[in-house]
Amino acid sequence: MNDLKSRAAQIQEQAHKMNKEVFNQASYEKIHQQRNDLQMSSPKLATLEDAIRKSGLKDGMTISFHHHFRGGDKVVNLVVGKLAEMGFKNLHLAASSLSDVHAPLIDHIRNGVITKISTSGLRGTLAKEISKGLMEEPVVFRSHGGRGSAIASGDLHIDVAFLGASSSDPLGNACGYSRSENAKSICGSLGYALPDARYADKVVILTDDLVAYPNTPNSISERDVDYVVEVDSVGDSSKIASGAIRDTKNPRDILLAQLAAKVIVNSGYFKNGFSIQTGSGGASLAAVKYLRQSMIDRDIKASFALGGITAHMVKLHEEGLIGRLIDVQSFDKVAAESLKNNPMHKEVSANEYASADEPGSAVHYLDIVILSALEADVNFNVNVLVGSDGIIRGAIGGHPDTAADSALSIIVCPLLRGRIPCIVDEVTTLITPGKSVDVIVTEYGIAVNPGRPELAEALKAAGLNIVDINWLRDKALSIIGTPAPLPFGDKVVGVVMNRDGSVLDVIKNIED
Amino acid sequence: MMFVPGNNPGMMADAHIYGPDSIMLDLEDSVTMTEKDTARLLVYNALKSVDYGDTEMVVRINPLNTPYGKKDIEAVVKAGVHVIRMPKTETAEEVREVEREIERVEKEIGCLGRTKIMAAIESALGVCNAYAIATASPRMMGIALGAEDYCANLKTQRTPDGDELRLARETIVVAARAAGIDALDTVYSNLNDMETFRKEVEFIHTLGFDGKSIINPRQIEVVNEVFAPTPKAIEKALAVVAAIKEAEKKGSGVIAVNGKMVDRPVVIRAQRVIDLAIVSGIIKEEDLK
Repeated sequence: MNDLKSRAAQIQEQAHKMNKEVFNQASYEKIHQQRNDLQMSSPKLATLEDAIRKSGLKDGMTISFHHHFRGGDKVVNLVVGKLAEMGFKNLHLAASSLSDVHAPLIDHIRNGVITKISTSGLRGTLAKEISKGLMEEPVVFRSHGGRGSAIASGDLHIDVAFLGASSSDPLGNACGYSRSENAKSICGSLGYALPDARYADKVVILTDDLVAYPNTPNSISERDVDYVVEVDSVGDSSKIASGAIRDTKNPRDILLAQLAAKVIVNSGYFKNGFSIQTGSGGASLAAVKYLRQSMIDRDIKASFALGGITAHMVKLHEEGLIGRLIDVQSFDKVAAESLKNNPMHKEVSANEYASADEPGSAVHYLDIVILSALEADVNFNVNVLVGSDGIIRGAIGGHPDTAADSALSIIVCPLLRGRIPCIVDEVTTLITPGKSVDVIVTEYGIAVNPGRPELAEALKAAGLNIVDINWLRDKALSIIGTPAPLPFGDKVVGVVMNRDGSVLDVIKNIED
Repeated sequence: MMFVPGNNPGMMADAHIYGPDSIMLDLEDSVTMTEKDTARLLVYNALKSVDYGDTEMVVRINPLNTPYGKKDIEAVVKAGVHVIRMPKTETAEEVREVEREIERVEKEIGCLGRTKIMAAIESALGVCNAYAIATASPRMMGIALGAEDYCANLKTQRTPDGDELRLARETIVVAARAAGIDALDTVYSNLNDMETFRKEVEFIHTLGFDGKSIINPRQIEVVNEVFAPTPKAIEKALAVVAAIKEAEKKGSGVIAVNGKMVDRPVVIRAQRVIDLAIVSGIIKEEDLK
């Protein structure tokens, strides 16, 4: 006989040897309920307060947020408001970036709820107050790639991540868009939230469109999510992403864009299979439009476009001029919709995008990047964070990451903004070191880093107006005169981290 | 020729970076009555302090029969303007009046003969007197069409095809050519319709105009593209000029290029094509030597 009963002793013996239990069918209960009834439920669903309580968050811990909802974000204010109400103190707020809409944080800082901030950028009244010395501890500024690296290495340890999503199922499969009829918001890529989702001890998804399981294809995986909270709104749609191509009409931006496109075409890097990224400034976005014609005329196609993906990039991709789109952040609704619908349009995390530590990060494969600047100096150093009035008014973004790792970095920057000179002796704050900057395009002439003489020659031969960077500085001063020095105090209100984790610069408080 | 309002310091400060051949700072229609004095002061200072490089600087003054005209002339001549543009010019006498006023100021500061005059023709009477206006003064360097006022005067309106302007345009080109000065066409103000703008520029280029008035830097590229000679035309022109030089060496008057006889008008046209190619940056002057 060789039936189950006759083998019982041997099963017992074997289980004992393996230090296991013997299967007991009596303890197994099959659920007969129709499954689509279950698709809207999971043990992870909680109210915000419950999720916070269950997450084990304590005073002094680090909470994190992403900034994909840009000026429309409601998640930071909602969560920090709740934390204040629950009596939390001394928290470290680590956001991928903060903007004008986060002014309510000022009160939470004054009340001791938030005592430390890490971010890529600050804007508006929060930025102004911090610049004046609101916080005891300096704000730590990191680039997008630098933040990804710091989170992965544990340099920036996140205890609880609160991540807004335009859709999520009850298990936490979440996206920056929604495929349901109740879609309320769309931001596209969740690239800056992905390191948080992966490395934070606890992850809370907040969504205004809770959809049935499975919400696939998904950006954030249920495996990384601990709690899912349904909220009325994660963000004001009209302020998250504009609906159409942002086409600058500003003649100066158009001129800068045309010049940047000419620099690219004549740089030697404009070859079949090249790769490109543009920053978020009007001129750098518009440069793609002018590059497009040259790509058509010379039958040159790009292998991929990286970074903040725009409607222009999507258009070129759909026309067959760009092979793939690698998207860490979708700049407009067209890009967000494309990410949702097109498999060639790929979402990547901040680490896959721009980490210095990961050999496979996309910036290592980037030929050309066009970036903007608040200021550049005669040593090609660039500042994109602190205004010429000493007040923080920007974000580092991927600026230093892409400038450092691309083959050709082009900064487009007007010589003057009103009465503010943008080519100066020394930048107010060092964000992108001059060694990584190759070309600075202004409306008065193009300066090439002296470390790239062959590039200067090529551009000169193409008839472009190549000038000495010192001449640009002098030109600016001759038009507007020498500005008075800024009234900085002695308190350090910000620390700028280099992408490798070293300290690059400090920002001092500005006095009235 | 790019029109820039004389009451906008920001635009005046960087108008030249877009590379127009000539900039017209306006004291007339784009400046309200209450801002005439401010604008005059701004234009004076822009001319004195902004480095416009080799851009031709023009100022459109208010007519002399207004309280501002004489003051405008005095300020801009003193600031060293290259050309004064007269609005709504109808008779040769008006030109001579402006000339006398310029002369008075030039004598005062010791630079007699420096300032040129351009007259905008903006009425039926002006078109009828086009040649007289064009030859009214040795300072006259060009005449231009002002289409909006002209159409109002003619009791019609502007159309995309510009049929209503045809006579005025042709008259102005012919008068300018007869007088040996430049002819400039009117502005096209719909910035969102670059296609119609391009057609209009192509049309006036064919009519023989020397240039186009524009109101925004975005229009510069189109004008330059239309007015730039084609590579084929440049090649032919270079061959003609080379053959002429060769013939001059040999002392022979009549030559042939590719089997066709080349006479004086052909040489003049060829030289004009080469000049245009140089200013358009298509060929370099040093390459010719």
